[in-house]
Amino acid sequence: MGAIEVRGLAMSYGDLVAVDDVTFEVAEGEFFGILGPNGAGKTTILEMIEGLRKPDAGVVTVLGERVWPRNPALLPRIGVQLQASSFFERLTAREQIHTFAALYDVSGARADGWLERVGLVDKASTRVGDLSGGQAQRLSIACALVHDPELVFLDEPTAALDPQARRNLWDLLSAIADAGRTVVLTTHYMDEAEVLCDRVAIMDHGRVLELDSPAALVRGLDAATRITLTPGQLTADEAVGVEGVVDATDGPDGLVLTTRSPGRVLARLAEDDHLDGVRVQTGTLEDVFLDLTGREYRA
Amino acid sequence: MKAFTALSLAILRGFYRDKASVFFAIVFPLMFLVLFGGIFSDQSQSKVDLIEVGTVSLVDEMPADARAAFDQTFEVTHTDDLRAALEEVRKGDADVAIEADGDTIVAHYTQTDQVKAAITQGALQAFVDGTNVALTGQPPRYTLDPQRVEDDSLDTIQFVTPGLLGWAVAMSASFGAAATLQGWRQSKLLRRLQLAPVSTRTVVAARVVVTVAIALVQMAIFLGLGAAAFGLTLTGAWWAAIPLLVVGTLCFMSVGLLAGAVAKTTEGAVNMANFFVLPMAFLSGSFFPLEGSPAWLRTVSSLLPLRHLNDGMLDVMVRGEGPSAVLAPMGILAGFAIVITLLSARLFQRDSTD
Repeated sequence: MGAIEVRGLAMSYGDLVAVDDVTFEVAEGEFFGILGPNGAGKTTILEMIEGLRKPDAGVVTVLGERVWPRNPALLPRIGVQLQASSFFERLTAREQIHTFAALYDVSGARADGWLERVGLVDKASTRVGDLSGGQAQRLSIACALVHDPELVFLDEPTAALDPQARRNLWDLLSAIADAGRTVVLTTHYMDEAEVLCDRVAIMDHGRVLELDSPAALVRGLDAATRITLTPGQLTADEAVGVEGVVDATDGPDGLVLTTRSPGRVLARLAEDDHLDGVRVQTGTLEDVFLDLTGREYRA
Repeated sequence: MKAFTALSLAILRGFYRDKASVFFAIVFPLMFLVLFGGIFSDQSQSKVDLIEVGTVSLVDEMPADARAAFDQTFEVTHTDDLRAALEEVRKGDADVAIEADGDTIVAHYTQTDQVKAAITQGALQAFVDGTNVALTGQPPRYTLDPQRVEDDSLDTIQFVTPGLLGWAVAMSASFGAAATLQGWRQSKLLRRLQLAPVSTRTVVAARVVVTVAIALVQMAIFLGLGAAAFGLTLTGAWWAAIPLLVVGTLCFMSVGLLAGAVAKTTEGAVNMANFFVLPMAFLSGSFFPLEGSPAWLRTVSSLLPLRHLNDGMLDVMVRGEGPSAVLAPMGILAGFAIVITLLSARLFQRDSTD
């Protein structure tokens, strides 16, 4: 039995179709990512799965139970992190997590344990308004996990964080998932989904466009590989002559070769001893994403 | 119970750690109490400054008891220079200059302060008449015994404390509810709580209990300071103001909910609540008594919940009425609370489905 089963889910606001016949399943213990541009319907889907919204059509089952109407038996089994500022105003970090602990009838000692796990012991007496973005997110995640839920929803937990804070948070999220929990994550960051998620659903216009592991999605894209040689190794004309090279252009960092058979090209370059300082870039989840959802800017 | 306690504590901390909330709930209204109670409390007119030019025998030869009464009303200075005396009156440094022209007393007064001008003329006329009667050697036939209908202690502070307390409670209850509803919606804390195993009833109860507690603290501070510093004397069944204040708090929480449901931001919600409450305070007699106001104004004010809260509190706290005097205001306030809450819930729901 899956942790989440979604069948034929649909929701519209007036003429706007927010979610259009979505079906997927999240296995127990899986780290599941939902990717999509703004307005793709991610939040609406999450709200229907969490039981905050009544779907126009379709069925959602979470941990084997119905979610609508509001199912109080389910609430202690799920944890929700909405955004970093979903706090009681002017409480300290410690008071904050103790308040949430009390809502779930969890002891203060366990709340303190979570404060320690997310590395906020020395910030325990700091008011939430004075925490840095990364600290606030860690506290927010700790508050979502204080009752040790089986299933956790994280809504863009690394939005607006600097690279250090993001990586720090990734470690925390991996640790959460390693404890056997099912985690559902929405994010804008492809690298994040690639690192953390077992499977990702790429959404746009209310539909799931692709659903697979990040590696399988990238393979499926059949993107060209770019090989960058240090300057002076080869001229563009020589490079185009190498079998398998589709294109060769001079870039600021050296000659860039484009190929769909990187293995063969690299073997040939190795034979001729051109590989000092070589850089190889394969497709990323971001390429998959842009390929599916288009490149035009959306506000 | 654990969830209720934790929520109440969280809300209470959020309140007293917010300097602006505490200021507007307690310090700001208290400033008005000090202003009205301390500065305007002595409603009896200050003495009339009188300049006696030359010798005025009416004043100088007055019998001792009449002279004592005269000195209660007039602060007398002497001069022989009429022109200088008139100049002083004109500039407002003195209120009246008198001189004797044979048996006629000429009083040069200023109309700048109309009340004082009337008092001056009336009082001088009374002393002239009194002296005339005394000179006839006949005992006066009629005497006047002025008696005030209110309690002797009925000073400004008596009127002002219940009204200002009503305003203070209206402010803190409506601001608190508005800021909580809109702030929690903005921060998605409302959503977060919907997803916690805690009922809406518990969340609402926590917010109500904290607001009512704040209102009772406001009451204690107002009555305590009024009694200790400004001579406030409670009469009648003043304790009946407590249940009245609780219902009033609920009513103004609903006003805050309305502001929170209509506004788009937390600041907007608080400003909107203030927009409802401040004009209402003026029209409901929080700052000045409505007895002398035009009939239409009193009609308008009877449509405002704060008017009924103020009236009920005045009745039991200073007008000496029994506990039954708060029943009608409580019913009216409860009615307002129900109607406004239902209206807010409707507006809020419509707004939340976007």
